Amino acid sequence: MRAVDAVMECLKAEGVDVVFGLPGGANLPTYDAFVNGGIRHILVRHEAGGGHAAQGYAKATGKVGVAFATSGPGATNLITPICDAMMDSVPVVFITGQVRTELLGTDGFQEADTIGITIPIVKHSFMIQDPKEIPRAIHEAFYIARSGRPGPVLIDIPQDLSRGEIEYEPVTDVRLPGYQPTMEGNQKQIRQAAKALAAARRPVIYAGGGVVNANASEELVEFATSDRFPVTCTLMGLGAFPAPHEQWLGMLGMHGTRAANYAMDEADLICAVGARFDDRITGKLSEFAPKAKFIHIDVDPAEISKNVPAHIPIVGDAKRVLAKLLIEYRALGVDPARLGAWWERIEGWREKYPLGFQDSTDNEIKPQYMIQALYEATGGEAIVSSDVGQHQMWTAQYYDFPAPRRWINSGGLGTMGFGLPAAMGAAVGCPDRLVCCIAGDGSVQMNAQELATCAQNKIPIKVFIMNNGYLGMVRQWQELFWDGKYSHVDTGEFPDFVKLAEAYGATGMRFEDKTTLVEDMKRAIATDGPVVVDVRVTREENTYPMIPAGKPAREMVG
Amino acid sequence: MIAVGEPGTKEPLSLEELEASAGLRTGRKHVLSILVENKSGVLTRIAGLFARRGFNIDTLTVGPTDDDQISRVTLTVDGALHPIDQVTKQLHKLINVLKIRDLEPGDTVTRELALFKISADGAQRGELMQIAEIFRGKVVDVTKRSVIIEVTGTTEKIEAFEGMVRPFGLIEMMRTGEIAISRGRSET
Repeated sequence: MRAVDAVMECLKAEGVDVVFGLPGGANLPTYDAFVNGGIRHILVRHEAGGGHAAQGYAKATGKVGVAFATSGPGATNLITPICDAMMDSVPVVFITGQVRTELLGTDGFQEADTIGITIPIVKHSFMIQDPKEIPRAIHEAFYIARSGRPGPVLIDIPQDLSRGEIEYEPVTDVRLPGYQPTMEGNQKQIRQAAKALAAARRPVIYAGGGVVNANASEELVEFATSDRFPVTCTLMGLGAFPAPHEQWLGMLGMHGTRAANYAMDEADLICAVGARFDDRITGKLSEFAPKAKFIHIDVDPAEISKNVPAHIPIVGDAKRVLAKLLIEYRALGVDPARLGAWWERIEGWREKYPLGFQDSTDNEIKPQYMIQALYEATGGEAIVSSDVGQHQMWTAQYYDFPAPRRWINSGGLGTMGFGLPAAMGAAVGCPDRLVCCIAGDGSVQMNAQELATCAQNKIPIKVFIMNNGYLGMVRQWQELFWDGKYSHVDTGEFPDFVKLAEAYGATGMRFEDKTTLVEDMKRAIATDGPVVVDVRVTREENTYPMIPAGKPAREMVG
Repeated sequence: MIAVGEPGTKEPLSLEELEASAGLRTGRKHVLSILVENKSGVLTRIAGLFARRGFNIDTLTVGPTDDDQISRVTLTVDGALHPIDQVTKQLHKLINVLKIRDLEPGDTVTRELALFKISADGAQRGELMQIAEIFRGKVVDVTKRSVIIEVTGTTEKIEAFEGMVRPFGLIEMMRTGEIAISRGRSET
């Protein structure tokens, strides 16, 4: 069998139903195999779009996303999605073409040291040195990408090797002696955690993207509601605990709610699940949660005690550990009434500091209201992707995600231009769901070319551009921390997004009136095919509340 | 350092008894003996990991083992500067890394080979050879104006020798970095 046909067989054996990619010289043989390969391939317009689409697909479905690119510039265009997938633990397999082996190291045409360039940003990578290695490498790649802490895996296949003939036998046994993720969690530690939680007077559950990755949302809800534990989620964890909910404090961190951040600040015990104490959560590390002891549950042992020392570390899969923790905790028969005083304190913050904004007195659309309107227009039931910036934070604050895998954004790397292609991937993975993208007018142009892909393939994403004519978050920081001197943040009224959408074969709309916004949005959603809406919002509005960088949570402003 | 919760540690009785154990600096040199799959790029992955996490490698040696599929990397890290548990945890995440041992200084034999090129005319040569003998060094090359002396031993011994010969005029010094093997019957 041709090695490239074996590639198709391997992908099918791994349950792959779609590949996002773009062909070129070095992966011509592989693309020949797509002709009769039985796998759907979506031709993207830029490899970065393909990579982010694979991420969006993976985040929405929980399956491994796949992106293909050719050698050299094709591969280097994938760098941002690969790094993004690494930072946010997204399972994606990237397969790149490489120049012929005789040209390796000679600076051949379209040669780049893809393996070397990507080593710091992959979970693992394979350089194919013999066509016979291809099937095993692909299966190992999928296994590594999806298991343990998920992440990106890259396979680089030189063009001449992909032309080889091999005896293909399905690989069913993946043996990786150096890779055995700890899944179960130490029972003694779990018992300790249960006891500590039972003894706590001011506990908080702090859940992150690891809960979503482990499909542990149900277990989290069951455990949290087995008592009256207050729950907060990171940006990546939103949806892991259903919002709104009486035990839900809102998101924590730099633009989190005061209730969540103050609760962390005063907690005596913080139970972190699948979260990594990122600097956007902790603020000033030395003053983070000064009264708290920490239980830290994570499948990646290197995350435990990396930033904040854990008193009770538990290495394991969130789903399994939470299920065991629930059993241990129930056995203790704790009286929820002991948390009465704590809840009183939290309720006080909730009442005093609800999320809010000064709405306009005329027809002007406030950006926060735009998100509320989308929530209303979608009944809170859409998959929502975003780019990075103010609009991302407002979406996280004002769109209450009722379930996991509904919120798709770039948290760790903070990639502008992520939202549109990620929405495309999510829509391909979940064809029965409404998929919306909240984009920034600055961000959206970084991958707007994928509108052509959406139009050609009838991928009906609804893109709502929060257009304030600024790189808004940078403008906000310049206003607050650089004496209001604006430096290169004004993007003006360029381009005309309605015309741009139409040029790409999508429907373009422009909304400027608050009073009809919900109905207008419903109309956009009801329109067939991809739709791009230019929503004109207040030009200078700041995202609040906010923990200024390097400050402790107590010093939130706004 | 034993992290709380590893097999063999006593069950802590209360939260107060548990002392957060990470990020601690041990304040001493650590010799990490790492078994890796003998595949291309493994050393790049290890070196790259150290570089991007800001860990400094003091010495590094790589060589074959009795199994041709497996190589051994021995590297030394300063535990005063870096949290060793974080170093080893990050190393463990590399798929090609099979096993890591943070060797206990008391239970380990370490050796390093060094070559010293020292300026030595006739009058000084005798004295240098005496010093070499004390350190069980070998003269491996002599010219009219220089000698090359080979010394094997622990890092401390090599540094002591360096201190002795430096006043003669040390032209060049080459050191291999340490290799290490655990004492007793069990495998490193």
